[in-house]
Amino acid sequence: MRLLILGGHLIDPAERQNSGKNVLIEDGKIKAWLNQDEPIPEDVEIFDATGMIVAPGFIDLHVHLREPGQEHKETIATGSAAAVAGGFTSICCMPNTNPVNDNAAITRFIIEQGNRAGLANVFPIGAITKKSEGTELAEMGEMKSAGIVAVSDDGRPVPNAGIMRRAMEYAKDFDLTVVDHCEDKSLSVGGVMHEGKWSLLLGLKGIPALAEELDAFRDVLLAELTGAKVHIAHISTKGAIEAVRLAKQKGLKVTCEVAPHHFTLTDSAVNGYNTNTKMSPPLRSEEHLEAVLEAIKDGTIDAIATDHAPHHPDEKNLEFDRAPFGIIGLETAVGLAFKQLVHTGVIDLVRMVEMFSTNPARIFNLQGRGTLRPGAIADVTIIDPDLEWTYNVENTRSKSRNTPFDGWKFQGGVVATIVGGKVVYHRE
Amino acid sequence: MDKFRRKDLLGIKDLSAEEIKIILQVAETFREVSRRDVKKVPTLRGKTIINLFFEPSTRTRTSFELAAKRLSADAVNISTSTSSLAKGETILDMAKNLDAMAPHVIVVRHSSAGVPSQLAKASRASIVNAGDGSNEHPTQALLDAMTIYEHKGRIEGLKVAILGDILHSRVARSNIYLLTKLGAEVHVAGPNTLVPQDFQHLVKKGLTICPKIELAIQDADVVMVLRIQKERMNEAFFPTMREYSIHYGLTKERLKLAKSDAIVLHPGPMNRGVEIASDVADGSSSLILNQVEYGLAVRMAVLYLLTGGED
Repeated sequence: MRLLILGGHLIDPAERQNSGKNVLIEDGKIKAWLNQDEPIPEDVEIFDATGMIVAPGFIDLHVHLREPGQEHKETIATGSAAAVAGGFTSICCMPNTNPVNDNAAITRFIIEQGNRAGLANVFPIGAITKKSEGTELAEMGEMKSAGIVAVSDDGRPVPNAGIMRRAMEYAKDFDLTVVDHCEDKSLSVGGVMHEGKWSLLLGLKGIPALAEELDAFRDVLLAELTGAKVHIAHISTKGAIEAVRLAKQKGLKVTCEVAPHHFTLTDSAVNGYNTNTKMSPPLRSEEHLEAVLEAIKDGTIDAIATDHAPHHPDEKNLEFDRAPFGIIGLETAVGLAFKQLVHTGVIDLVRMVEMFSTNPARIFNLQGRGTLRPGAIADVTIIDPDLEWTYNVENTRSKSRNTPFDGWKFQGGVVATIVGGKVVYHRE
Repeated sequence: MDKFRRKDLLGIKDLSAEEIKIILQVAETFREVSRRDVKKVPTLRGKTIINLFFEPSTRTRTSFELAAKRLSADAVNISTSTSSLAKGETILDMAKNLDAMAPHVIVVRHSSAGVPSQLAKASRASIVNAGDGSNEHPTQALLDAMTIYEHKGRIEGLKVAILGDILHSRVARSNIYLLTKLGAEVHVAGPNTLVPQDFQHLVKKGLTICPKIELAIQDADVVMVLRIQKERMNEAFFPTMREYSIHYGLTKERLKLAKSDAIVLHPGPMNRGVEIASDVADGSSSLILNQVEYGLAVRMAVLYLLTGGED
C-alpha cells in the first residue's frame, strides 16, 4: 500500500527540513520525499495536505492510561483514541497502574492491549522499584526485554537517595532513561496547590516549589555521579529549571519535559476551587511560569509531555483537599502549544515539532521515530496552523472529563494522525 | 437594604465595605430581639434553614440555630464528623439532594476550604459559610467587627493586633479582609512558622506582619488572640504549649503595651494559660462573652438579608 501526502509543508528538525515536500509512504515506512513539482507517482492513495504542516509523529513521554486496574477512568483503547485525536502517534504510559507495571508480564499485557486498540503506539514505562515502594529494584532488564522504554516511580518518587543512585547505575546497563517526578514528600505533605499568595488567600495547604527543586538538584548530582540518563518529568519551577540548566552546562545526560498546563495557567486559576485545577506538580505562580517560558525558549526544556491523568467525575467532584491530582491533556496539548508558545512568539513551528517529536524520540531512544527521513517508520502528524476550533470536553475520546480547558478556543490544530502508514485519525 | 443582593455569604474577601456596613446595621436592629422576654419575631416564618456541620462546633452551630429560631424560621441541624461524603457521595450529589428539599438557606461548616463555594455553584439555596478549612469564617469576622464598633465607636484608624496561628486561621483571614476594608491597621504576629511573610500579599493595604508579638500589641486598640491547636506541635510548627505560652501568649504584662483602653477578643474556644492567660481572658478588657451575643445578632442579620427579608 502506498500513500502520498501531497502539497504539505514538511518540518523535520532531525533532518533540518523546513519546506514544501510530498511524502511517499510505502509498507508503513517513509519511502521518499518528492519535490512538489515532480509528477505524482501512480498507484498511490492521496492525502491532500495543502496548506498544512507535515511533521514526524508526536510522541507523548508522559501519560496515564489506568489499565490495568482503573478502567473506569481510562483504558488503553480510550487513551489511545484520545492520543491520536490530539496528534500523538506514540504514548509512553506511566507504571502507576494497579498492579504496578513492575514486571515483564504486565509490560507485555499493556503492549498487547495497545496493539489490540490499534491506534497509537503504546510504550510502557516500567517501575524503578517493586510496587513503586522505593525499596527494592524492579526487574528492569526483564521489562526492557518485554518492551519498556524507560523507568520511573512516577508520583511515588524514590525518596531514598541511595536507592536512586543504584537505580540509575543499574538502568544504565539497559540503556534505560530514569524518569523522575521530583517531589520531596516531606516538604509537600498534605499540600494541594502551590504554596504562595494564592494558597494563603484560598486557605489551602501549599506545596512549596522547594519540594520539586530539592529533588531535581539531587537527581542532577546523582546523574553526575552515575552518568545515567535522567529525565525530569513535568518541570514546573524556576529552581528545578536551574538544576537542569546546570546539568546541561556540565554536559550531563539530563533532559526534561513540561506539561501544557504549566506553560498556560498559574495558581490563580485555583480561585473558585475547581478541582480540575488540582494537579501534581501544582500550577505555579507567575514567576515560575515565566521561568518555564524562558526555558522553553532557550532550549533548557526539551519536550512537551501532557501528564494526561484521567480521573472519573465522581472522584473529581469532591472537596478540593480530597480530589485526586491530575487532568487529561492529550487532546489539548497541540492547541495550547499554538496558543501559548507559537502565537505568542516564544517558539516557532520548527521548535514546536522538535519538542513534540524529535526530542521525545531521542530522550527515550525510540529508533526510527521522531523523524520522517526515508526508511523511518511512517508515524506522521498533520497540522493545520490556521484551523480554528473549540475544545468541547463532551466530545472527548478519553473516558474522563477532568480538564480546565473545556470551551477554550484555539487557532492551530491536528488534522490527521498517521501511525505506521495508516490514517488512524482524520478530523471531520 | 437594597444594596445587599447576594445569593450566598461565602466570605468577606468579595464583600464591599458598603455590604459589610449593611450587615452590621441590620445586626444592630436585631440585637434588641434577644433582649426581649419573648425572643422571637415572625420575620422568617415559613423559611427553612439547614445547618450542615461537618466539623464539631458548639458555639457557631448553636448560634446559627438560635438565630434562625428567633426569626421564626424552621431550622434543621445536620451534624456529622464523618461526612456522608466519605461514603462515596460527591459534593454535587449532596448539594442536589439538599436542594431537592428546597431549603432557603444552607449554613455549612467543613474542614476543607472551598466547600461552601462548591456547594453554592451547585445549589439554588443560599449558602452561608460557617467556616471552611483555613479559608474564611465570615460571620465570626462580622461579629468581631460589631464588638469593636460597639466598644470603640469606629473601626477606621484603629490598630488591631491579631496574634497566633495566622497560617491555619480562617478567623484571621476573614478579620484581615474585613478590618482592612473598613480602614483599620491590622498587625499580625506569632511564631515565624505560623505567620508566613507571603501574608503581606493578602490585601493591598492596612496589613503589617510583625516580627515580634510585642510590636503588634504596642499601642493597639484591639488585641485579638487566636486559638492554638495542639496538632500543630506534631507538625513541628512549635515545640510545646509551655513554650508557646511563655513566648507568644497574651499575658497581663504584654497587654500593658496596648492602649490603656484596649479591648481583648478571642473567637473561642480558649486554651486558658496557653494563648491567653486566664486573668486576661476574665479581665476588664476582655469582651469574649460579648462577642457571643453579637454573634447571634450578626447571624440573624445574615439569614434575614440572604432570604430577602420580609419581601
